[in-house]
Amino acid sequence: MLDILIIGSGGAGLSAALSAKQKGSNVSVVGKSYPTASQTSMAQGGMNAALGNVTPDSIQAHIDDTIKSARGLCNKKMVKAMCKDAPLSIEWLEKLGVPFDRTSESKVAQRQLGGASSKRACYAQDYTGLKILHTLYDNCLKENIEMLEEHLLLNIIVEEKVVLGATFLDIVTGEVKSILAKSTILATGGYGALYKNFSTNSEGATGDGIAAILRAGGTISNMEFVQFHPTALKGSAILISESARGEGGYLVNTKGERFIDELLPRDVVARAIFEQINNNEDVFLDIRHLGEEKLLHLMPQEVHLCRLHEGVDPVTELIPIKPVAHYTMGGIDVNDKLEVTGLINCYAVGECSNAKIHGANRLGGNSLLEIISLGRLAGNNASKSIEPVGDTPPYCPDTTTTNQLQTDQKYIEALFEEYPWEKNFYTIQNNLGESFYNKAGIVRDNTQLNNFINELRVIKADLDNMGIGDKNRENNTNLVDFIQFQNLLEVGEVVLDAALVRDESRGAHFKTAFPNEEDKFFKADALYWIEDKVLQSKLVKVVK
Amino acid sequence: MQIKINRQSKIVEFKTPFKSSTLLKALYHIKNNEDNSLTFSSSCRSGVCGTCAVRVNGKEVLACAHTVQEGDLIEPLKYHEVQRDLKVNKQKVRETLRTSTAWLQQSQELSITEQQITLIEKQSDCILCDSCYSACPVLEVNPEFLGPFALTRAYRYTADPREADIKTTIDNIQTNGIWDCTLCGECTAVCPQGIDPKMDITMLRATASQFGYTDPNFQAMDFGFGRGV
Repeated sequence: MLDILIIGSGGAGLSAALSAKQKGSNVSVVGKSYPTASQTSMAQGGMNAALGNVTPDSIQAHIDDTIKSARGLCNKKMVKAMCKDAPLSIEWLEKLGVPFDRTSESKVAQRQLGGASSKRACYAQDYTGLKILHTLYDNCLKENIEMLEEHLLLNIIVEEKVVLGATFLDIVTGEVKSILAKSTILATGGYGALYKNFSTNSEGATGDGIAAILRAGGTISNMEFVQFHPTALKGSAILISESARGEGGYLVNTKGERFIDELLPRDVVARAIFEQINNNEDVFLDIRHLGEEKLLHLMPQEVHLCRLHEGVDPVTELIPIKPVAHYTMGGIDVNDKLEVTGLINCYAVGECSNAKIHGANRLGGNSLLEIISLGRLAGNNASKSIEPVGDTPPYCPDTTTTNQLQTDQKYIEALFEEYPWEKNFYTIQNNLGESFYNKAGIVRDNTQLNNFINELRVIKADLDNMGIGDKNRENNTNLVDFIQFQNLLEVGEVVLDAALVRDESRGAHFKTAFPNEEDKFFKADALYWIEDKVLQSKLVKVVK
Repeated sequence: MQIKINRQSKIVEFKTPFKSSTLLKALYHIKNNEDNSLTFSSSCRSGVCGTCAVRVNGKEVLACAHTVQEGDLIEPLKYHEVQRDLKVNKQKVRETLRTSTAWLQQSQELSITEQQITLIEKQSDCILCDSCYSACPVLEVNPEFLGPFALTRAYRYTADPREADIKTTIDNIQTNGIWDCTLCGECTAVCPQGIDPKMDITMLRATASQFGYTDPNFQAMDFGFGRGV
C-alpha cells in the first residue's frame, strides 16, 4: 500500500514529495502533465523571504505586509508560520541547487515587488519558477520518487469522510484507474482558466482538485477572490512580470501620462488600469528608460515575449497591456495542518488550497513561497499522520469497499457510447471565458452576476448534449478538455455565487455599488460544500 | 492560410482563418472548430513549459513561439514514440536524465558569486522541450545516446560551485555520453532558449580529461595500423 498519494506535480506537489520521502514515506506523484510543464514554470518575479540582503527587512515586516494585503481574511497564525519559515525554505532550495541570482557580496539577490516594504523577492532572472521547478524535479529523480505523468484526476475515493485515494484517467491508454493510499495530498493548482483568453494561466488551470473535493463532500472557500495581474500583453494575455515595475517600469496611458503608483498592490493597480481602459484610453508599460543591457540581463524572457506575441520591442517601444486573471486565492478549505475541511486523511496545498495566507489579495512573491514552504509542511504532516501511534496499527483502508472506480469507468464509457455531439463545448468555453472577464472580473455588479449565474446553470444542464467528438480511446485530449470543462463549470458556479453574496469590496473583489469593506457581515470566509447533492454555503466570521 | 499536418504518416491539410498567428493558436483553432481529434500537447502558451515542441518543415520549434507560414508542414518530434498526431511520449527520453544523474551529487555550502551563477544561467534556462534531442543526428545511429539536454543538465550541475562530487556525474556520462557527440551543433541551432549543448559537452570533455578520461574514438583511431586484421 502506498503511503502518500500526491496529486499534482507542480512546485507544491514536488516539495511535498521530497519532504515526505525524507520522512521515510513512500510516495507517488501523479499529474495530468509532465512535472516540468506545470504552472510553476510560469512564475517569474521571485520568492519572498525576509533575508534583508539588499535593504533592511524583518520577518515581522513580511508578516505585516502579507496581512495588510489579505484585507482581514487571513489566518495570522498561518501567515506567521510561513513568513518565519521563508528563510529556511530559501536555504532548502539553495541546498537542492536552485541558481538564485547574487548580490555583489555573494548573498542571494532580492528585488522589489508590489506591496512589499523591502526588497524581499529572491529571484533567478525572470525564470524563478522555472528554475525552482526544474531543480525540484531533478531532486525527485535523484530520490527515485515515482512520478506518473498524464493521469487526469477524476474523483477522490471517499468512504465515510475518509479519503482512500483517487481515480484517474490514464490519458495515454484511456483506462480509468484507482490509486489507493494511506494519505492523499492535493496540489492540483488553481482555476484561472475560467477566464479563458483573459488569463495568464495555462489551459490546464481548471480547478480539477477543487471540483473533486467538492464532489467528495469536502469544503472549499473564498472562491470569489481572483487576482487580476495588472500587466499582461494586450493581444495574447501573456504575463509581463511585476518585476518590470519593480525595476522601475512605468504605466502610461495614450496621452503618455502616468496615472497610478505602479508599486501599489495588484488589485489597486489593476482597477486603475481598468478605469483608464473604460475611459477609452490604451494603457502601456514603459520600460525603455531601463536600457537594453539591464533589460536583457534582468528580464530576458519579457523582452522575448513582447517581441514574439505583441510584435513590439520593449527596448524602444511601449508595451500595450491589459489586466487579466492571474491567481485564484480561493480553493480547498484547509486548517493549520493543511487538512481538508470535512474530510479525513486528506491534505491540500498550493494554489488549489485556501490556507488563508493570501486572503483577499495575494502579494507578489508569496505564491512561490507558499508552494515551497507549505508544500514541505504538507509532506511532513501527511508523513506524520501515517506513523503508528503506540500499539495501534497504521491506518489502512479496506480496498474492497470502493465503488468509485466502477462509477467513473461507467461514466467515461458513456461519453464514448451515449453522449451525442450536438453542441461544441469549445465554443461555449471560449464564450464563458469572456463572460467571466466581463461579468465576474475586476469590477462586479449584482445584476450582471445574477444573469450570468443563470446562464452558467443553463450550460451545466445542457452538458448531456455536448460530450466528445473524438471517439478514440488512447491519447484523447478532447476527452481531457471536456472533463476539465466540467470541472470549470462546477467551480465557476461557486465563484459566481460567492461573488453575488459578498456585497462589499475587499481586496480583489470589487463591487461599484458596495465600494467599502463591510467587516460587520463580510469579514468572513465564504464556505461551500455539497450535502445531499445540493450546494450549501455559509459565511464564517474570521476571528480577530 | 493552409497548413499541412503529419498525422500517423498521413499528410492532412487544414485551413486557418488567421493572417498572422502562432502555430499553437492555429492548432487550437483546428481542434476547437474543424477536427476535435487533432492531437497535440501544450500548456503555458508562453514558451516556458516545454510541452508544445514540434517540427515545422523539418526544424524543431515551440508551437507557441512559431509564427505560422503558408504551407508549413507540421510533424511530431523525432526519436520519440509518436502517440498520436503531434503528441509524443517523452517518458523514455526523460530516462536520460536519470542515467546521466543530472543533479547535485553532494551539495556543499559555500559563498557563490554572481559570476558563478552567470556561468550556469543559460543551462538552467532549459525547459525540457526535447527539441535538441529531436534534432540530434547521433540518435539516428545510436538510440542509447544520452542526447543534448541531459548532458547540458549534467554540465549545469558539475559547473555549480555547490557540487562537491563532480566525478560521479562525469563517470555516469561516459557510456553513450559525451564522447558520442559529433559536435555538429544541430542541437544549438534549434534550442528555443539559446542554450549551446555542444559547448556544454565540450566543457564536460575537458572536465572528464581532468579525471583521466580520454576520447575513446581517438583510442580506436589507430589510422589503419593493426586494425581490421
